Amino acid sequence: MTWDMSGMSEWTYKQFPPGAVIPDAGNSDEYITGGWRSERPWRDDKKCTQCLLCWIVCPDSSIHVADEKVTTFDLDHCKGCGICAQICPVGAIEMVPEGCDLPEVK
Amino acid sequence: MAEHKTLATTGNSVVAEAMRQCKPNVMAAYPITPQTTIVEEFAGFVAKGRTDCEYVTVESEHSAMSACIGASAAGARVMTATSSQGLALMWEELHIASGMRLPIIMANANRALSAPINIHCDHSDIMGARDTGWLTYFAETAQEAYDNTIMAVRVAEHSDVMLPAISALDGFITTHSIDRVDVMDDASVEGFVGEYEPKNALLDTDTPVLHGSFSGLGGPFFEFKRQQREAMDNARAVIKQVGDEYAALSGRTFGVIETWGMEDAEIAIVVLGSTAGNARHVARGLRANGQKAGVVKIRVWRPFPYTELAAALQGVKAVAVLDRAESFGAEGGPLFLETRGALYDAEVRVPVVGYIYGLGGADVRLELMERVYQDLSDIAAGGAAPGSLVYLGAREEA
Repeated sequence: MTWDMSGMSEWTYKQFPPGAVIPDAGNSDEYITGGWRSERPWRDDKKCTQCLLCWIVCPDSSIHVADEKVTTFDLDHCKGCGICAQICPVGAIEMVPEGCDLPEVK
Repeated sequence: MAEHKTLATTGNSVVAEAMRQCKPNVMAAYPITPQTTIVEEFAGFVAKGRTDCEYVTVESEHSAMSACIGASAAGARVMTATSSQGLALMWEELHIASGMRLPIIMANANRALSAPINIHCDHSDIMGARDTGWLTYFAETAQEAYDNTIMAVRVAEHSDVMLPAISALDGFITTHSIDRVDVMDDASVEGFVGEYEPKNALLDTDTPVLHGSFSGLGGPFFEFKRQQREAMDNARAVIKQVGDEYAALSGRTFGVIETWGMEDAEIAIVVLGSTAGNARHVARGLRANGQKAGVVKIRVWRPFPYTELAAALQGVKAVAVLDRAESFGAEGGPLFLETRGALYDAEVRVPVVGYIYGLGGADVRLELMERVYQDLSDIAAGGAAPGSLVYLGAREEA
């Protein structure tokens, strides 16, 4: 089923499924958690060997892969834990402070 | 009416029997005195193939309740039993079970909490679970422990309720003493409780759901607690309806409170559990001497029957509330506080005296009940109350 969550912030107690059950599978995708991040991963495509270790270890499934190659990071869900940068055997991923590339911060 | 077999047996034995008859899918339990013989007898049923229940042996009560929660979320009818330190160790899971609206059934053998170490009856353990959101039945006798356990299944699983339930019985006094119990035939109990049809079973992979979600700041946590309040309030009507159906099946009447002599009582004792028998025995003797003594036994502790209790106490001149648990620093024990609260809106304000008794299994002798009624008679005759809180039977300085 698709659970219609529209207007939830206005729901009364009568409208929520008892026991805080979520009656719909996979909708955590709609919960944007990227705002928790203080550092974001940055990948150097020239250094990257496409070993996909980062994709394997990412606890938030935030490494996008297409045709067996890393493409981008899912910054809507990446929480900036840095495991991908730590595991990378060639140092192709660097954690960059969030906001520092903005002109007003520099 | 169901077929009956009359047994001379213990409260624990008939609770195990009631659980077997209600056909749980999973039991996860850890033994602790004086509950042990419940899970021991149930394990015997499993070993002998008298139930197809999955019996999970765990390393603690914390794990027992955790396993019960997982199994109940999976969609199983789940039961367990505990006592005292075991119930205390389950404390955080008790809130999780009720918050997740899982109708787990648990027997509790009421026993003191350490320190000092003590294995005997009082209500310290169960009163610690008072605010955890579990429905709670109290038994006076082995018969009531059997009946309460079966009724609790129907109430807990009712779609208007969906809350876990405790069937409490007094440690050793009710769990271990041999009592006369009428046990119904298996088919009648099975028919009464019916099949459990879970609404959000994790094992129902055709309609996947998530249990155990997060609701932080700005989330509807407050609304979920409001739902639990409503479910507990809904339980009032369901408990009565199930009690009526059970009475028709078993031939035994049921009330959320049960009164003796309250039609015209002037002095009354309010009490939970096995001590109701002691109070009634003494009240009967006083009646023979022309004293209008009565007893109100609370059979359902949560949701608390405040309307029924207040109605029963209309017309009395003095009330004694017996608490087998302390609430240090409060005006009295938990039942005292509830009773005084129930009477606040009453037309006639009567003196209510709180008594703490029987802690750690301290003997509840008939003389103590006589003393309570004597205190009440003195108050009814215009005398002073013996203080707002009395440690009944404790040795005191002269």
